[in-house]
Amino acid sequence: VTDDVLVRWLRLAGAAVADARERLTGLDAAIGDGDHGINLDRGFRELLRRLDEGLLGSGPPAAVLEGAGRALIGTVGGASGALYGRGFQRAGAALLAPRGGPAGAPDERSREERAVVAFGAAVDAIAALGHATIGEKTMLDALVPARAAFEAAVGSGATLGAAARRAAEAAEAGAQGTIPLVATKGRASYLGERSIGHLDPGAVSSALLLRALADAATGA
Amino acid sequence: MIALALVGHSGALLHALREMVAQAAPAVAVAIAGGTAAGQLGTSSPGIHEALRAALRASDGEGVVVLFDLGSAALALEMALEELPDVDRALIAVSDGPLVEGAVRAAVEAAGGAPLAQVCAVADGERATAKLPPDWPDRPGGRAVAR
Repeated sequence: VTDDVLVRWLRLAGAAVADARERLTGLDAAIGDGDHGINLDRGFRELLRRLDEGLLGSGPPAAVLEGAGRALIGTVGGASGALYGRGFQRAGAALLAPRGGPAGAPDERSREERAVVAFGAAVDAIAALGHATIGEKTMLDALVPARAAFEAAVGSGATLGAAARRAAEAAEAGAQGTIPLVATKGRASYLGERSIGHLDPGAVSSALLLRALADAATGA
Repeated sequence: MIALALVGHSGALLHALREMVAQAAPAVAVAIAGGTAAGQLGTSSPGIHEALRAALRASDGEGVVVLFDLGSAALALEMALEELPDVDRALIAVSDGPLVEGAVRAAVEAAGGAPLAQVCAVADGERATAKLPPDWPDRPGGRAVAR
C-alpha cells in the first residue's frame, strides 16, 4: 500500500463510516448495544482530524497504520475500536518485520505483496484479540474470506485495486452470510438464537472499510 | 496492601462501586477506568492502562486485582495489560468474578492483609456464591446457582 493510497483509503473509510453511521447503529441495536455506528464514526472523525492537522499521514505506511490504529483505540470505546485499531497497528508492524536478506536492503516486494502481508497480519491480530474464528457472526466472517480473495487475486497477478475489489466483494458476501448465524461472541451472544436473521454490524463495517480500500486503490 | 482496579463501561457505575467498596474496606486503594475518554459509555484501553498503573503505585508493588464488566471490557483490558512491562504485569491478577460482589469481597480480603492470589481467589469465588437464601420461595425457571 503506497502512501497516497493509504491516506486516501483512510479518508474514504472515514466518509463511508460517517454515511453508514445510522445504519450500523441500527444493526447493532437489533442484536447488540446499539452504538457501533456512533462509536466507529467517533473514532474515524478523530482519525480524520489527525490527518487534517498533519498529526498523521506524513510518515511511511507503517507509521501511518500505527497512528491510525492508535486513534481508533483511544476514541472508539467499543470492541470494534480495539479490534480495528489493533488490526491497523499490526498491519503496520508487519510491514517493518524482517523478511530475510541482508539487513538494510531495500524492500523489493511489490506494493501488492506488502499489502498481502499487512492484510494478513491485521486479520490474524483481530482473530487473536477477539479470541474468535469464522462462523461466529463477527467481523471475521467478512475479513477471513476477504483476505483469502485478496491473496488469491494478488497471487494471480492482480493489481492492488483489482485485488481490493475482490476482497470487498468477498467481504460483502461474507457479511450477508452472517444473517443465518447464531452469535457466540460479544454482546450479541446474549441473544443466542434470537440473533439469527440479523446482519452482524461488525461484518458490515468490515466490508465497508474494504470497499473504501478498493475505491482508494482504483482512484474512484 | 493489595489494591483494586475496576474496569467497565460507565464512570458513574464505577464511582458508585468505589464508594461501596470504601464503605467496606476504606484502607484499600481502588483505581477505576469507566467509560470512554470523552465520558460516554464504553471502554478505553489507554484509560484502563492508566488505572492499572495508578493501582500498582498505590499497592506499593504488592499487587493489583482487576474486576471488569461485560462486552468489550475484557478485550480492552487485555490490550491495556499488553502495554505494561512484564515486571508490572506479573503483579496483576484479573478476576473472573462478578464486578460488584467480587470487588467488595476482594477489598475486604485485601484489607486483612491477604496476598494477591488469595484476594483474586475470593473475588473469583463470588461467581459460585449463592445470593438468595436456601429457603427463598421457588421462582419460575428455578435457581441459576446450584446449592
